[in-house]
Amino acid sequence: MKPILEIQNISKRFRIKHESQPYLSIRDAICSMFKSKTTDEEFYALKHVSFNVFPGESIGIIGKNGAGKSTLLKILSKITPPTSGKIISRGRIASLLEVGTGFHAELSGRENIFLNGSILGMKRREIQNKFDEIVDFSGVEKFLDTPLKHFSSGMQLRLAFAVAAFLENEILIIDEVLAVGDAEFQKKCMGKMDEVSNSGRTILFVSHNMGAIAQLCKKGVLLAEGKTSIISDMHQVIDKYLDSNIKSSRDLNRKHLTKWKNKNQFVELQMINSEGHYVNEFKHNEKYFVQVKLYLPEYNPSLELAISLYDRSKNRIFTIHEPLSKFKMSNEEIIVKIMFPSNFLTPGNYSWLMCINHPGIIIQDIQDDICEFIIVDNGSQFYNYQAGSYGSVFVNYEIESIY
Amino acid sequence: MEYEIKSQSKITVGFAELWQFRELFYFFTWRDIKVKYKQTVLGFVWAILQPFLMMLIFSVFFGKALKVPSDNVPYPVFVFSGLLLWTVFSSGVSNAGNSMVSNANIIKKIYFPRLIIPFSSILVSLFDFLMALVVFVGILIYYQTNIDYTRMIIFLPCGLLIAIISTFGIGTFLAALNIKYRDFRYVIPFLIQVLMFLTPVIYPISILPKLWMKYIIAINPMYAAIELFRNGIIKKPLDLNLILISLFSAVLFLLIGVLYFRKTEAYFADLA
Repeated sequence: MKPILEIQNISKRFRIKHESQPYLSIRDAICSMFKSKTTDEEFYALKHVSFNVFPGESIGIIGKNGAGKSTLLKILSKITPPTSGKIISRGRIASLLEVGTGFHAELSGRENIFLNGSILGMKRREIQNKFDEIVDFSGVEKFLDTPLKHFSSGMQLRLAFAVAAFLENEILIIDEVLAVGDAEFQKKCMGKMDEVSNSGRTILFVSHNMGAIAQLCKKGVLLAEGKTSIISDMHQVIDKYLDSNIKSSRDLNRKHLTKWKNKNQFVELQMINSEGHYVNEFKHNEKYFVQVKLYLPEYNPSLELAISLYDRSKNRIFTIHEPLSKFKMSNEEIIVKIMFPSNFLTPGNYSWLMCINHPGIIIQDIQDDICEFIIVDNGSQFYNYQAGSYGSVFVNYEIESIY
Repeated sequence: MEYEIKSQSKITVGFAELWQFRELFYFFTWRDIKVKYKQTVLGFVWAILQPFLMMLIFSVFFGKALKVPSDNVPYPVFVFSGLLLWTVFSSGVSNAGNSMVSNANIIKKIYFPRLIIPFSSILVSLFDFLMALVVFVGILIYYQTNIDYTRMIIFLPCGLLIAIISTFGIGTFLAALNIKYRDFRYVIPFLIQVLMFLTPVIYPISILPKLWMKYIIAINPMYAAIELFRNGIIKKPLDLNLILISLFSAVLFLLIGVLYFRKTEAYFADLA
């Protein structure tokens, strides 16, 4: 089978002018004729990127900001030409680099469906045939004849996605379209995209939402500094991407605290992954550890270590109390490591509250809101609820049918 | 269907692609016309009112006060016949010239042949022309002008066609320049104002005393457009030399405009 898209050795160079405005003026052009050449810096947004896409594949493109994802999509959608290399395409490409391109605030919803549809490359008859479905999917029937400027931003977005959802091009290029909208609509969109990819069409999907991309795409491309770093199975690509993030954030989370004399206190607090690296990002399906070092010049066997976990809205999720008498002490110091299982916390941001406590008498040291860490979605059941709230823990449950 | 995406090699007009996207001409024009008269009380009446008021003002100052000759027809008929095409040109060039910048958000996000944008903004001016044409018929009836219909059917479309060619050539050229050099945003209104006096809109070319002056005026492509258009109403000898110079200049501007536009269009998204 021939690939539907052959991306061959694509490079894109930009010139960065250091002091001038983003656009030229004649004065500048005339001046520069007389001046010696200004020192333009050349910058490659993409360097020798090559890969093939086969019909029916859905490919996820991930990478950090500035890795060249958007430039690649712009070249694929013919918005900007590559500096060198070429792409051979064997199908009609529709690109959704933004939903609602060409929407006009003064026009009504109905008029905007036609305008946006035709800008996206649909024929007028096609739009007429699908008009009812589009309106139905968007759920804004009541406001069809209202100018778009009176729509809420959510409604505009629904309308825009609804039009795009009915494109029939063989290749769909989608850039972060799902980053907005409420949870319910996001779910609807993901469902529609699943349907599209199952119908045998080819999708190129760029997103920072690892959960969504893991669910939707089988194959992945990781871009780093304009080059393809890995092309492989989507889960492997995501793992590699998250690992590369971990390297750059290593040591961020070590909390060294100043040592006071003659006072029981925390000296070090840190989070560790199963390989022993200090990190602050964990995949939802991996284990993570908290390591705490205590300095206890005023040791008392009834002292306790208390640890609580906060979610991002500062709700306390659980608390642990451990008597310090359980632990070995050397040099007036105790080091403990607590393991938390994988598939325990749901994706999101968390932080800790830790204290050394003499129960009922006094709190000897308290560290609030520290060791912040992130649980990253690696394809969990919550992938399409990024904006929604689904609680903080995965739960083991059994479900059976009674009838 | 197989095609390649690569950096540009040769410049063509790209007719096949324009045909493929032909519906977009309609949608962009339709959008601009709709938006133009949204939230106005008078709506389409504005398309009629503008040239009509211009005609009144010119008739009072140039026709009555300064007694500018008008080729043996009432001055209002003379000046309105000129203004009809001049408005197509002036609003067409200024809309087309700014069209790429004002549609930058679309250009940066989606691909279609870029020529559609300036061309559609000229079609909007043609719509206004058709509205104003109704007024023109009224004026002709009011002044009981004698009309030779065969003459009219030959010369009016000729004049209009040349006006469209001139507008399109200069409009696309300015659109492409404007996206690279934003100076043209300020050049365009000034240019149009100057050109109005270099075009026989409010005076007949016969008032110019020296022949070389006429030749300079003839470089202006709108000269041929307005002169031929008027010939459909007013019987008078045409100076073929002048008309040919002007025609040549119209075609030259069209070629320069379209080819320069096509040459630079690939980088519009990077510059906009």
